[in-house]
Amino acid sequence: MTHGLTENRKPNWIVTALLCVAALTVLVPLYLAVVTALKTPQELAESVFALPRQIRWQNFSDAVRLTDFFTAFRTSALVTVSVVILTLVTNSLVAYAIARNQHKKFFRFLYYYFISALFIPFPIIMLPVVKQTSAWGMDNPYGLIFLYVVYGLSFNVFVYVGYIKSIPRELEEAATIDGATTWQTFWKIIFPLLAPMNATVGILTCLWAWNDFLLPLVIISDPKLATLPLVQYIFQGQFSTNYNLAFASYLMTLAPMVIVYLLAQRWIISGVTQGAVKG
Amino acid sequence: MSVLSDDRQVSAGLTAPRKRRRQDLTFLFMALPAVILFFVFHTYPAVQGILYSFTNFKGFGNNYDFVGLRNYVQIFQDERAMAAYRFTFLFAILSTVLVNAVALVIAIGLNSNIRFRNTLRAIYFLPNILSVLIVGFIFNYLFANLVPKIGAGLGIASLSKNILGDPHLAWIGIVFVAVWQAAAFNIILYLAGLQTIPYDLYEAADIDGAGPWQKFRNITFPMIAAFFTINMVLAMKAFLQVFDQIVALTGGGPGTSTESVSFLIYKGGFDGGQFAYQSANAVLFFIVLVVVSLLQTRFLHRREVEA
Repeated sequence: MTHGLTENRKPNWIVTALLCVAALTVLVPLYLAVVTALKTPQELAESVFALPRQIRWQNFSDAVRLTDFFTAFRTSALVTVSVVILTLVTNSLVAYAIARNQHKKFFRFLYYYFISALFIPFPIIMLPVVKQTSAWGMDNPYGLIFLYVVYGLSFNVFVYVGYIKSIPRELEEAATIDGATTWQTFWKIIFPLLAPMNATVGILTCLWAWNDFLLPLVIISDPKLATLPLVQYIFQGQFSTNYNLAFASYLMTLAPMVIVYLLAQRWIISGVTQGAVKG
Repeated sequence: MSVLSDDRQVSAGLTAPRKRRRQDLTFLFMALPAVILFFVFHTYPAVQGILYSFTNFKGFGNNYDFVGLRNYVQIFQDERAMAAYRFTFLFAILSTVLVNAVALVIAIGLNSNIRFRNTLRAIYFLPNILSVLIVGFIFNYLFANLVPKIGAGLGIASLSKNILGDPHLAWIGIVFVAVWQAAAFNIILYLAGLQTIPYDLYEAADIDGAGPWQKFRNITFPMIAAFFTINMVLAMKAFLQVFDQIVALTGGGPGTSTESVSFLIYKGGFDGGQFAYQSANAVLFFIVLVVVSLLQTRFLHRREVEA
């Protein structure tokens, strides 16, 4: 904290109070989502704000049944975990090769090739890539995993390269003299040193893969293979009348990231900051 | 393990130039698969999209002809496409300004000497981790059911019905949800910026008798100008591509009053048999995005230097 001096002064209660009131704009919608998910339709009709008289867990079990929640949950979990692991392992490796060879034209070209792709909006590749993935039998969660890992390269190479360049080369040179191959140098020396960047990339990738809607919407053709956001979209179209069920289903979709957030809040906030400031 | 140590002895025994060459090959081998995959799944589709934009391809079958710039000319005469561009720009500009204003104010508040700092920070960041689509669904319900009740209770006629059902007001709902969700991210970025300002600057200003506004104008804002640039450019770029919020709140309606460019490309391209036409729209959209980002960066950077 650069503001260490402020700790000695009296807290500013007016600003604290204003911020607490403004925080209600975040908390009230979430409170409404939770109480709605726990009420009956009649109770909801009587009052939107009131707490449920009796907690109705049945909304959750009904939503699980109607949306086939666990199937979609498994798909989303499989996609998210695989994408995070594969992204960390492969994208950092590519960035390492680029960062350590930027004096060569070819690798410098690769660097600009990847980051210039950041400017290309998804709609421009959306239509052709859907044709391509369905023709190659990739219109399923595995195709999705594959695309997330490949598309992540643009941003991740950018942030990893910046970070790797700040790591002194002497460490690697010492390892080379000891006879380590380039692969061994990467896995045993560089990859562990990348830990802070790995956390950043891991968090951003995790949020992206879990919450993304557009890519599954266009890639996944079989509703049985849908990810959670896609299932909510399909569900909304079919059962838009029962809000209590819909909200139970929304909450279950949001819950995993909220739990992760509560557990790893500090790292998530600093990770996102680092990624964005570099970006 | 024995393989590893063999390998180590061999590589240690190599002469320096051979070792170098071998290292170069390894680096090439590390990068090449990723480059090829990126080309096949990103660059190649992008090039295909550009090529299709000069044809009359419908998205299925294989018979199509090159029609030159016809699609591009048509977009400019297409009232629906132009309306989508107008909507997208108004939405993006308004949301960018609002999100930055809100985020800056809250970040300054969070950076001052307050209680519950960590709890408040955690609450304000929460929307950033939630799915935009589902947040949109939740607000969709609130706009349909809660806001009209409050509006009626307060006697405000324009709020006592669902604003999402009104072609002239639906955009307000979309801006609200977009700002609600995106402010979180910008708050954290501004907070990171504010924490880089040395406290002595404010102490010196206090001694000189500067008021809060003078301190903001002459210290705070110039010191975080770089963060301001990043936030403006990133927010604008993200808002111009607005999609999830539209799907969750209005589906582009009522009528086509809230269709964004991304939404129109998706809808026309997949459901409307306008594959080639919307490919042209996507190419145009790409050019627009690049131009906007470059202009913004140049303009804002110049301000930074002056400040």
